[in-house]
Order: sequence, then structure tokens, then C-alpha cells
Amino acid sequence: MTYRIIRYLSLTIFALLIIVPSAIVVFGSSKTDAEVYNKPLSLPERWNLDNFRFLFEVSNVGRSFLNSVIVTGFSVVITLTLASMCAFAISRMITVTGKILFSLFAVGLAIPGQVNLVPIFILFNDLQLTNKLSGIVLINVVTTLPISVFILTAFFRELPKEMYEASEVDGATPFRVYRSIALPLSRPAMGATAIFLFVITWNELLFPLLLITDSDKRTLPLTLLSFRGEFFSNYSMIFTAVMVASIPMVAMYLMMQRSFISGLTAGAVKG
Amino acid sequence: MGLPAAILFGLFYFVPFIANLRYSLTKWDRITDPEFVGIRNFVNLLTNDDLFYKVLGNNLRFTFLVVLFQTLFSLIFALFLVKNTRANIALRTLFFFPTILSSVSVGMIWLFMYDPNFGAVNLFFTKLGLEGFALNWLGSEGSALYAIAFTQVWFHTGQMMVIYIAGLQQIPQELYESASMDGATRWQQFKHVTWPMSIPTTIVVMAYTTIQSFRAFDLIFSMTQGGPNNSSNIFAVLIYQTVFSELRIGYAATQSIFFIIVLVLVTVLQRKFLNSRYEK
Repeated sequence: MTYRIIRYLSLTIFALLIIVPSAIVVFGSSKTDAEVYNKPLSLPERWNLDNFRFLFEVSNVGRSFLNSVIVTGFSVVITLTLASMCAFAISRMITVTGKILFSLFAVGLAIPGQVNLVPIFILFNDLQLTNKLSGIVLINVVTTLPISVFILTAFFRELPKEMYEASEVDGATPFRVYRSIALPLSRPAMGATAIFLFVITWNELLFPLLLITDSDKRTLPLTLLSFRGEFFSNYSMIFTAVMVASIPMVAMYLMMQRSFISGLTAGAVKG
Repeated sequence: MGLPAAILFGLFYFVPFIANLRYSLTKWDRITDPEFVGIRNFVNLLTNDDLFYKVLGNNLRFTFLVVLFQTLFSLIFALFLVKNTRANIALRTLFFFPTILSSVSVGMIWLFMYDPNFGAVNLFFTKLGLEGFALNWLGSEGSALYAIAFTQVWFHTGQMMVIYIAGLQQIPQELYESASMDGATRWQQFKHVTWPMSIPTTIVVMAYTTIQSFRAFDLIFSMTQGGPNNSSNIFAVLIYQTVFSELRIGYAATQSIFFIIVLVLVTVLQRKFLNSRYEK
């Protein structure tokens, strides 16, 4: 009995802790500042998109949205391609090279790329890769490679060896085996990794903050952060911007919860 | 075929890593040329830098609290929601939801929640008649770090809960059946079956949460930027500030090296501790 009361209470409290702030943001994007401050929890007097219209007019948020789409798209595709090739090579090589490659990325996993913020800042300045979307893509790919290689290697290792060996006997090159056997079979693992990469790349702040000063090149998290200064305690605007930054991710989450949950969990478990 | 990835990773992870060691031996503001100073940065940092020790303390406290509570809560919620009923699956989906948001969004949301005058947190305490708890959460030195740690736990408990659920569902049902046949209470079942069987999952959860907490740059930077008076400052934020506000590249590089040492030490000690539990 006590167990059931405690269970019920704690589940309710945590559910409310998630629902209440979310409701404040969703309602807030249809409110004026005065409404947000005085009645944060009540429904807006009238649902409307005025805040969105105003935000897109006065700020660069549209441009940032586009930048985020470009950066995330390229980062995810490039990381997936490079990581799956590398993971395939590692899983097929029982040799020293495979082990070395694997431990190389293991280091990158234990010590995240974020510790390199000083030398990356210097290096990217020297290479004139600052204020460029391609620079952000490059550093995103580098920081997400280790985890992607780990998830995919774990998957490739589980594939039955016979699948590869049969085609190798037929004289297929490794690349051919990768393309026509490993890749089609790994669709679920690639999907999970893609979702994981998608979420962390879309939300990444540190390196864009380090490398972008030009407001036309900002990604969404960076623009959102700049609003804190621009719209100082202008929360109806800030909430509207939070909505713009979150809607694509929330929409995808609602459509494919299972893949999202397994993708983001794979990232933690295999890592 | 692993070559492109390896080359890219070598060039933009290991080369900078080495460069960082070299910078740490210099005094450099990026305006004049770097000046070689030997180990002076290291000596300064260890013997003459109160801020460094303050940030070290903050970072360890933050990591400890987040790892402790995130692991505890995610295990408890996993136990509550382990059965695949429709209501449980709906709640899991809800609890997992914050994980997909960006740290900056979460930061902005909780900035408002903690607002001393209008925020929901203080509204709640005032309504309950607990005015003593209506603090300036992010604005006072005593509470900022804890308020952010709470937000971090709120952010990722659902993700860790899902990992625990996957682990708990692997435990053979027969173990529970024989335990209940022996007349074990719910608590005894947890103590003798669930907990020992879920230690491998606990190792995964704690390791991941530890790295996650060291990477809380995004959240802290968007909520307090380390303030007030560095009370919520952690390594990543400190290094960023040393580069951008103080233009001391060499010193920031030295701080990074200590960041890595602390991170590795915490990970290794934690692994040792948990493995010794596991072997028992």
C-alpha cells in the first residue's frame, strides 16, 4: 500500500515537473509579456502567431533556422558515411590495425572533443574556418565520430560472418561487401545513430559559440542565446524562440518515439 | 576504409590535443607572439589561483550531485515503470521528452522557472506558505550551482531511466518467482535480486552521466555563465572565459590539461569503485 502511494505520488510529481514548464512555454508563445508574468500557467486569452511573426521580422531567426538545417544535415550524413565505413573496417579486421583504430576512437569517447576548445579555436582561426558553416560541420563530424564508430562497430560485429565470407569468396572487394551487404543490413543501426546525431548536432552550442561571430552564420542555439541579451526578460519572445528551436525535434519525437528513444539510448549504452 | 575517419579524427582531435600541450608552456594573448614560459602556468595554477580551486570544487560537487540523484531517480522511475503497460509507456515517453530539447532551450525555460519574482518555483513555494524557500535561485551564490544541478537532473533522468528499464527487463523472471516463494518482501527482492542484477546497468548509467555532467557547458553558460561570483562556474566555462574575456591562451591551455586529468581521474576511480562492488 505504501509502495503504491509513493509510486503514484512520485510519478505525478515528475510528470507535473515536465508538463508545467512545457505548458508555460507553449502558452507563453501566444501571450504578451504582461500575461506571461502575471498568469504564466493560464491559457492564452487568444491563440495566435503574432509573436512568431514579430520574431521572424525583427530577428535573424529564419536565417538561423536555415543554417541549423544545413549544418545538421551535412554533419549527420558525413559522420554516418565515415563512421560506418570505419566501423565496417574495424569489425572485419581482427588485425592490429583494427585494434589500433578502435582504441583511437575509445580515447575520443573517454575524453570528449570539448576539452580541445583552446587549440580548435586557434587552429580554425589559422585555417580561416571561423564564421563558416563548413567549419561547424567539420568540428561536429570530428566530435561525433567516436560515438558513432562505437555504436556501428558493435552492430557490425553482431552480423553473422558467413554473410561476408560468401561474397568475399565470389571475389567482391571490401568496399563492394560494405555497400551491398553491410549497409543494407545495418539500416536499423544507422537509423538509430542518425537520430542520436541529429539531436546532438541540432542542439550543439559550444563550438558554434567558439567559432561564429557573424550573426548571419549563427545556428539556432546561438541565436536563442543571443536573445537572452537582446530580449532581456522579454519572455514571450524567448518562449517563442524556444518553440522555433524545438518544434522540428518535438514533431519528429511525437511521430517516431520508439526510434528516438532507442537511438538516444544506444548512444549511451554502446558509448 | 577506416582511413578517412581516422585521418580526420587524427587531424582535428589528436593534433589539437598535442598543440594544447605546447600552448600550455607559453604566455600568449594572440596579439603579440607567444612567449615560452616553461611550467610557470602550471605552478601558477596550482599555487596561486583560488579561482581554479573554486571551479574544481564546483565541478566535483556538480558531478557528484548530478550522478547521485540522476542515477537514483532514474532507477526508481525505471522500477515504477518497468512493466510494459500502456500507461507506463505513455509516462516513459513523457519522462524522456526533455532529453530531445537543446540545453539552451532548457536553460531559458528554467531561467523563467527560477525567476525570483514571476517564476513558477517561487510561486509554488509561496502558495504552499513556504516563503522561506522563495529564493533568488540563480542569483545567489549559495543556490545557483544546486539549481542548475537540479535542472540537469530534470533534463536527463528520463534518458537514463530508459537504459535502466532495458536492463531490468533482462533480469530472469524466475529469480523473482523463487524469491516471492521464499516469502521475500518487496524490499528484500530489490536488495537481493534487482540491485545486484542491475549493477552492470548502473555502471553504464553512472559513466555516461559523469561525462555528461562535465559537458554541462551549454546549460551553465545559458543560465548563469558561471555566476554569481563564479559560484556556478565549472571547467569548460572557465576555460572559455580565460580564452575570450582574458585572452590568456597559454593559461587556458593549462586549465584544459587539468580538466582532462580530473575527468580521467573521476572516471577511473568511479569504475574501480563500481567494479569492486560488482565482483562481490
